[in-house]
Amino acid sequence: MKTRKMPKVLLLKNGTVLDPLKGTSSKKDIIIENGKIKSIGKPKAPKSAEVLDCTGKVITHGFCDVHVHFREPGREDKETLATGSRAALAGGFTRVCVMPNTNPPLDSPESIRFITEKAADCPIHIHPIGAVTKGQKGMELTEMAAMVREGAVAFSDDGLPIANAAVMRRALEYASMLKKPIINHAEDLDLRDDGIMNEGEMSLKLGLDGNTFLAESMMVFRDIELARLSGAAVHIPHVSTKESVTHVAAAKKNGASVTAEVTPHHLYFNDEALVSYNTHFKVAPPLRSEADRKTLVKGITSGTIDCIATDHAPHTIEEKEATFTNAPFGMIGLESCFAAVNTILKKEKNVSLLDFIALLTVNPRKLMGFDTDLFQEGTEAELTILSPDETWVFDEDSIYSRSLNSPFTGESFIGKVNATLVRGNMTVL
Amino acid sequence: MLKQKHLLGLEGYPAQDIKTIIDTAFSFREVLDRPIKKVPSLQGKTIVNLFFENSTRTRISFELAQKRLSADTVNFSASTSSLKKGESFKDTAQNIEAMKIDAVVMRHPDPGAPLHLTKHVDAVVINAGDGKHEHPTQAILDMMSLQEVFGKIKGLNVALVGDISHSRVALSNIYGLTALGANVTVCGPPTLIPPHIETLGVKVSHDLDAVFEWADALNILRIQMERMGVGLFPSVREYRNLFGVNTERLDRHGKELIIMHPGPMNRGIEIDSAVADSKQAIILDQVLNGVASRMAILYLLLGGKAEE
Repeated sequence: MKTRKMPKVLLLKNGTVLDPLKGTSSKKDIIIENGKIKSIGKPKAPKSAEVLDCTGKVITHGFCDVHVHFREPGREDKETLATGSRAALAGGFTRVCVMPNTNPPLDSPESIRFITEKAADCPIHIHPIGAVTKGQKGMELTEMAAMVREGAVAFSDDGLPIANAAVMRRALEYASMLKKPIINHAEDLDLRDDGIMNEGEMSLKLGLDGNTFLAESMMVFRDIELARLSGAAVHIPHVSTKESVTHVAAAKKNGASVTAEVTPHHLYFNDEALVSYNTHFKVAPPLRSEADRKTLVKGITSGTIDCIATDHAPHTIEEKEATFTNAPFGMIGLESCFAAVNTILKKEKNVSLLDFIALLTVNPRKLMGFDTDLFQEGTEAELTILSPDETWVFDEDSIYSRSLNSPFTGESFIGKVNATLVRGNMTVL
Repeated sequence: MLKQKHLLGLEGYPAQDIKTIIDTAFSFREVLDRPIKKVPSLQGKTIVNLFFENSTRTRISFELAQKRLSADTVNFSASTSSLKKGESFKDTAQNIEAMKIDAVVMRHPDPGAPLHLTKHVDAVVINAGDGKHEHPTQAILDMMSLQEVFGKIKGLNVALVGDISHSRVALSNIYGLTALGANVTVCGPPTLIPPHIETLGVKVSHDLDAVFEWADALNILRIQMERMGVGLFPSVREYRNLFGVNTERLDRHGKELIIMHPGPMNRGIEIDSAVADSKQAIILDQVLNGVASRMAILYLLLGGKAEE
């Protein structure tokens, strides 16, 4: 992977331009000048233009991930905004939202400013999500308005659920004034108990404590109803159970302001992946049953699931080399996201690339209030170039994160990101 | 002689190999009845007993089995907390490997830890209990004890009574007994029976008296007092009334049930003293068979010379 400054004039030649906003797909050339889109169609490029041959490739909006953990500040040994940016570029992501469960957490205007200032030097667009409560303790609301002024795009205590329903209600009400969504890691901690994997036949056989599906779906239901009560927007992160999908679908039908995301790993694996206690499969919420996984895939085709988010969660080798019980929850996912989901959708569902790409581009941008019309002349070139049918094997060399805890290492994929254009730079893989 | 290099659990373990172990154990049992209870089978072999969790009888049983086979043994005990503070699991494993050990007998609080160990060492790994996952040597000695009494395992009705959820003994017994053709019922309050257990081919009952009618043998599992604090059962009195095995209950059925217990027992709670000390209890035979079974397992896995 090589990242360099874009030439003054860049011609993307002979590619298929796929616009997930307008729902169109056609062969066009694109001229980019000074990092901005100059013209699209059959424009005549000046002789001085550098040509990037896109024959057989798809050019689309740069991917946007509303759920990553870049560990800064506090655990820079796992990831930083800079190293996380490289992982994002490798995965075709031009824009990410970082979760606030850092050390210290992003629970003040000052800490939000720390991220936005550092992000200014990064090769992708990074937006902080602010904590809902001070110290992520689930009690007192943070200074949300001041945090929005410093660049917070949403609020979440991710990693920790907001257990107290009254606090959740107030958070939703308050954030609605600022027109920002609340993202709540839905998991009833009492019901989850010591659960570290999905409760089912596999947890019984492995002797590991189970985490029942209800621990998630109960709180998803609660959050949807609270959002309805307060007329606020709630976003459900990493939906993992079929019951949660059912609740979200019903709420959407009733007009509640609810959106939901699903991760590549919940679409790709089920709890049988844990058979040899491989800690790279330890994640929260846990990998669920095959029936759950199938329902999540179906949720994409039915429109119940709005976006794909990686929940990119880097951990050190040392931490992941522990026993399953002691290893931390989480896996990285930016580099493998497009290929993993593309592979599943190609194998199992007849989803058009256009519909799928919307879940990585338009939908997450809408959710966060970012510009969604990226093929407009004059806008910053924030583009991803990919080969949807290329087959390849994901290995450790495919990883650009500072951590290596990917469950996809060794997997054969269909579809590959070839280049990522953003912030005046071009990254070619 | 056995198909698998290690003994990590009885899930999917070949029935023929379980039988081989039990048959071999009976021949070692004869050794234990001799005045000189030692054979040279594993002379020159080094075995480390790696106990990350407190254990008295399992560790002593293994150590005795190793000494009876003339192996050299080293004991390593560490409370989990001190391990957590210091050396990583991987380092401990690599240290063992560096010391050229032939076999590791490991007890660990985390399920899957013995499998984890096999990835770092070349030595034979024997699981002496990993969390609530498996305790294969206990199940083998239990089956050996049943065979001693009944002459067979196939067709026997065996009930596991008590805390099934937190018991590694239960899971290994279920795998072993069903593999050898026994019928298994688990009995206890629903809060101590794990969901989906029936998928393993066992019946579930909450009625001890009905189980008495059905069973040929009861394997009574220890109830841990700390489970009471988190509401898994309300009180000792209530537990004893519903699931305690006592003479009065046994007499009501007038049936010679065989009583087993892997120990340590809570006398007066899950089992009354009168029952534990009665002649239908084979609890102390289990202890002796434990040494014989572990001798057989070590002998078969470490490829010792056949004993004349």
